[in-house]
Amino acid sequence: MEILLSVILGFMIIGAIYALHANDLLSAVIAQGIVGYGLVICFLHLRAPDLAIVQIVVETITLIIMVAVVLDSSRKELKTPAGWKGSVNVILGLVFIGFMIYFFDMATASLDVFGEHTLRMSQTYIEQGAQKTGAANLVTGVLWDFRGYDTLGEATILFTAALGVLTVLRMKGKK
Amino acid sequence: MKGLTPIVKKVAQLMSGIICIYGIYIVVHGHLTPGGAFAGGIILAGAFILLILAFGSEVIKLRKEETGSSMSESIAILGTLILATVGLLVGSKVFFHNYLPKGTIGELVSAGAVPIYNILIGIEVAAAIITIFLALIIFKEEEEQR
Amino acid sequence: MTVYFMCFFLFLVGLYGIVTRRNLIKIVISFTIMEFSVFLFFALIGYVENGVAPILTKNLPENPVFVDPLPQAMVLTAIVIGLATSAMLLAIAIRLYKKYGTFDIREINNLRG
Repeated sequence: MEILLSVILGFMIIGAIYALHANDLLSAVIAQGIVGYGLVICFLHLRAPDLAIVQIVVETITLIIMVAVVLDSSRKELKTPAGWKGSVNVILGLVFIGFMIYFFDMATASLDVFGEHTLRMSQTYIEQGAQKTGAANLVTGVLWDFRGYDTLGEATILFTAALGVLTVLRMKGKK
Repeated sequence: MKGLTPIVKKVAQLMSGIICIYGIYIVVHGHLTPGGAFAGGIILAGAFILLILAFGSEVIKLRKEETGSSMSESIAILGTLILATVGLLVGSKVFFHNYLPKGTIGELVSAGAVPIYNILIGIEVAAAIITIFLALIIFKEEEEQR
Repeated sequence: MTVYFMCFFLFLVGLYGIVTRRNLIKIVISFTIMEFSVFLFFALIGYVENGVAPILTKNLPENPVFVDPLPQAMVLTAIVIGLATSAMLLAIAIRLYKKYGTFDIREINNLRG
């Protein structure tokens, strides 16, 4: 399982790096689709069918919106002259990434080995979740019964994001 | 926005009905099978986006649709809040308390209030995504007219 | 453990894009890549070897080991939020393009007013 996931993740990383360096914005958007659809396959192999269904539709709609925006404006990537500012940016980014790798290495020490996961709280959810909520799909049970507050908050964020889009696009600019 | 050719229109008409039924199935069976409110809501939104892309529409008609979708979004989230607040007044006085009878596991009418939350949030998610999409399209149309 | 590191590497690719790119659309793309890597990390943490999906059906194997449903429930909502937030970023980007005629953030900074 680990080898299969590593291969798919390798493809996703190649797609992500290509998306950042493409000269045409349309091909960058499509290369971002590699990452999204690779994620769907990963979710299916990780036994998460709920996530796979959501992700495949979300990725399609994201691509539709991004392609519409890119076609409506300009497709050309900016010509970046290799000035000293650009190289300072790249060097700062690499130093930052080095720090992040160091801290991630420290943080993974406390994680379980991949595939041997145990969590005290989840044991209760798995053993008694079906009796307590009456839902056969344990994910929905957790979502709407044990963690109802969280889900209400996320629904509120969705509402706020829709309001934000309306506000940004309806605003009349200064003349 | 102009629509596409008649062949595309007919195929979109036939497909969007099937996609709509599939989305409703996923929302209603959310507590039994994979899926649920978020997945089904986005599939419903996808069916409407397909119709809008295939048929195109006048800006005035799109504005009317946008008002409807943002209204149904607000009403759905208000319904969720009311349903959750009733749990505060009934039974063990807990917000989001599942006070309806549970039924047997595996039947369509079971799990208390979970299917009702699923349906309400399904409407909310679908309406939010449609609102965002319509806002982008109306912005584009208005810029072209100017 | 290699899977965790590769997932984190995907996160770093997105971070590098946000820090170094100047095009607004590229920044939105890097943002979505970072989001995806976080979703994948949650799903990886919840995985149990030889587990089954956390859904009770009639034909389950004897003594099933379920995959952890808690990270899946967290990610399920976050994916939809990710769509809404990236749509909002794109709305801001297209608004800026219509006003200034470019996606370059440095140029927009110079042209302010």
